[in-house]
Amino acid sequence: MALLEFTDKGIFCPTARVYLDPWRPVERALITHGHSDHARAGHRHYLATAAAAPIIRHRLGADVETIAFGEKLTINGVEFSFHPAGHIMGSAQIRVAYKGEVWVFTGDYKTEPDGLTETFESVRCSTMITECTFGLPVFNWRPQTEVLEEINDWWRTNKAIGKASVIGAYSLGKAQRVLAGVDPSIGPIFTHGAVEGTNEVLRAQGIKLPDTTYITADIPRSSFAGSLVIAPPSALGSSWMRRIGPASTGVASGWMALRGVRRRRAVDRGFVLSDHVDWQQLNDAVKASDAERVYVTHGYTSVFRRWLETQGYDARIAQTDYEGEALDESTKENAEADVTAEGGATS
Amino acid sequence: MKHFAELFSALDQTTKTNAKVAALATYFREAPDDDKLWTIALLSHKRPRRTVTTTLLREWAAEAAEIPLWLFEEAYPVVGDLAETIALVLPMPVAESDNSMSDWIKVIKGLEGKDDNEKKHQILLAWQALGSTERFLFNKIITGGFRIGVSQKLMTRALAQATGIDEPLLAHRLMGDWSPETKTFTELVLSDDPRENLSRPYPFYLAHPVEGEPDALGPPEEWIAERKWDGIRGQVIIRGGEIYVWSRGEELVTDRFPEFSPFKDFLPDGTVLDGEILPWREGHPLDFQTLQTRINRKSVSKKLLNEAPVVLKAYDLLESGGQDIRDHPFSARRQALEDLVARNNVGGTLMLSPVVPFQSWADLADERAMSRDYGSEGLMLKRKESPYLAGRKKGDWWKWKVNPLTIDAVMIYAQSGHGRRANLFTDLTFAVWRGNELVPCAKAYSGLTDAEFNELTRWIRKNTLERFGPVRSVNAEHVFEIAFEGIQRSSRHKSGVALRFPRIHRWRRDKPIEEANTLSDLEALLPAM
Repeated sequence: MALLEFTDKGIFCPTARVYLDPWRPVERALITHGHSDHARAGHRHYLATAAAAPIIRHRLGADVETIAFGEKLTINGVEFSFHPAGHIMGSAQIRVAYKGEVWVFTGDYKTEPDGLTETFESVRCSTMITECTFGLPVFNWRPQTEVLEEINDWWRTNKAIGKASVIGAYSLGKAQRVLAGVDPSIGPIFTHGAVEGTNEVLRAQGIKLPDTTYITADIPRSSFAGSLVIAPPSALGSSWMRRIGPASTGVASGWMALRGVRRRRAVDRGFVLSDHVDWQQLNDAVKASDAERVYVTHGYTSVFRRWLETQGYDARIAQTDYEGEALDESTKENAEADVTAEGGATS
Repeated sequence: MKHFAELFSALDQTTKTNAKVAALATYFREAPDDDKLWTIALLSHKRPRRTVTTTLLREWAAEAAEIPLWLFEEAYPVVGDLAETIALVLPMPVAESDNSMSDWIKVIKGLEGKDDNEKKHQILLAWQALGSTERFLFNKIITGGFRIGVSQKLMTRALAQATGIDEPLLAHRLMGDWSPETKTFTELVLSDDPRENLSRPYPFYLAHPVEGEPDALGPPEEWIAERKWDGIRGQVIIRGGEIYVWSRGEELVTDRFPEFSPFKDFLPDGTVLDGEILPWREGHPLDFQTLQTRINRKSVSKKLLNEAPVVLKAYDLLESGGQDIRDHPFSARRQALEDLVARNNVGGTLMLSPVVPFQSWADLADERAMSRDYGSEGLMLKRKESPYLAGRKKGDWWKWKVNPLTIDAVMIYAQSGHGRRANLFTDLTFAVWRGNELVPCAKAYSGLTDAEFNELTRWIRKNTLERFGPVRSVNAEHVFEIAFEGIQRSSRHKSGVALRFPRIHRWRRDKPIEEANTLSDLEALLPAM
């Protein structure tokens, strides 16, 4: 019996009888972070880090027990601990140890420190279960400071010609990273409701974010000239944009590295900013884990598995329902809807 | 290259036409002549002769990126563009270069005849000295296929703004098979010597589809109707005792259609005809596939001439007696064309595209319904008073095509698209029933919204049965209504038939796959042979 198994409900520890980020309703779920492809509705018990729990409660309305980073929890002899994944606030990798054998499930992760989320911690293990959302050698991020400076420059240019700068960023994680990273002295910052909802939860748990104004229908269009507006990417093509007035549009996502994807979005600017590791960072993370066996869960799994094999790893693909960095939140939301429909449980 | 890269970024970063034209016009005011000339060339899909094969470029890029070639090849379809894939995998540049775009083109041309080691050395030096956008552009100049959302029309408009020369005149000057290797910017754009360019065609006037019913076009007596032929648009020029045949793609195709060669002996010098090149036998058009065999051959054998004979269905006269008569009303040009054909007995390969007489729009609707009997795909409506304009200008020329044929077919294979659709499954293969088996009959790429393609892509990821390289077979579950213009026998698909212009009309979520059409339904539509 393996320490962790890949079942049709999720990653399962048969000895402790718990699931990690399951996608179908289960008795006990250990959750890496609050994105909806990892934290789904319908489980009986949830466990997540103290920093990740408020969002999960907010999104799912569920009771969530918490655990501190590094704290050990033993269930039927299996030791579980959560370690920073650097993906979004409170996001964790889950370490699972039993009789000298150590597995790590990374969830989603990013190794470059961003000044907002807990910095990724490399955890040694014999078996690593890793995502590979951007596991191709064409994905090579530039340092965050350069990308944020690009966003600042774009904002300043638009301000000079009296336009709003509307940036599409995933409402949980990316939006706050942009918010915390831009230069708030340039002008006022407005937010879409989906982004502001997350901001409120994070502020309530003590995370410092620059001041923002939630966009309501009564704010005149003229107020947005020269401002930065942070919205989920799907809002950019919707009728919601009519509230803003003249604007330049941009999207912050790792996918913006590809010109074809950028053009399909039909936005003015693409900012290559991802909450996942790029090719080199992914390879470095696998190497630093010291793992001999690697399971890849989502992303360019078949290519990355083959590459790992040529590097001497025992590399395998694990079928999961995780999506990584979706271009649109709507796809993740659909996935969530699917699960609630199947489980029959809503919250 | 920095200046050109800035132009490219400005064009690439906006979807607004005016912003694109403004960026181009600024560039045309500021850039050195050689760069301007090459920019016009690249945007007109002309590029320097390829001096390095893409196979070698891939190998060198993989080597420079320290990855195996197979990994590079896996990444390429995800990116969807070879030049971009190379630019993305390469390590950061280590040097800088002040070379302009045309300087780099000289470097690329200078590789001609060099051995592979020398070529590799030069290319690696270039990659090391260029930033990521510049690198992409450098690769693009080598590999070709510049698609940056700037049409010939936009470029011409920007050039007109920058030079103060009339747009239609510029459009005319930029036509034809000029090469940046043999022309300067001044010769091409600023000066005009008509004798120098006997072969130069006029920009084609293109029609818009009729929206709804044609009643809105006003009184029927102001219009002339013709059959709309399913051939290739052609312009035949007789000047200086020579004949030149141009296709709409601005390609000189004179040698491919020797049938037209005798025109120069019968028609007066200074004649330019506009019409449709159509495969034709015994009073009836042949299918488009027959014409395809002619288009793809540079030289034609006697056998091919027998199997796929073509005629010119002439419908307009643009130049008469050396005079550009495009500003004459269409009715007068048409009359002059008819007189010309009647006076000069050219023979069977020059035919007038007949006028379809009608009294009312209702009459014309009846004529349109009979289009397929004539082997035509609908009607053309041309305003009697209209001049011959350049490009797709709304108002005077309309195409009123017959409603497409449709079938319901089952999606069985999917492949991701290229370029801007690189991570969506947009290349779909559809099948119809032959007994209990689904046999492929068409591939279609368009017709769904982005949201539908997104949804379908998610479904395909979860319902893949097998992978054959980039192609996935999927569960037979979804039925689509496929619209098409015609059908012919073909060995390309297992069904033994091929559809012309297939595209997705509707996602039939309401239909179970059992209700998709059968191969015999399709075969019933085959033209009687």
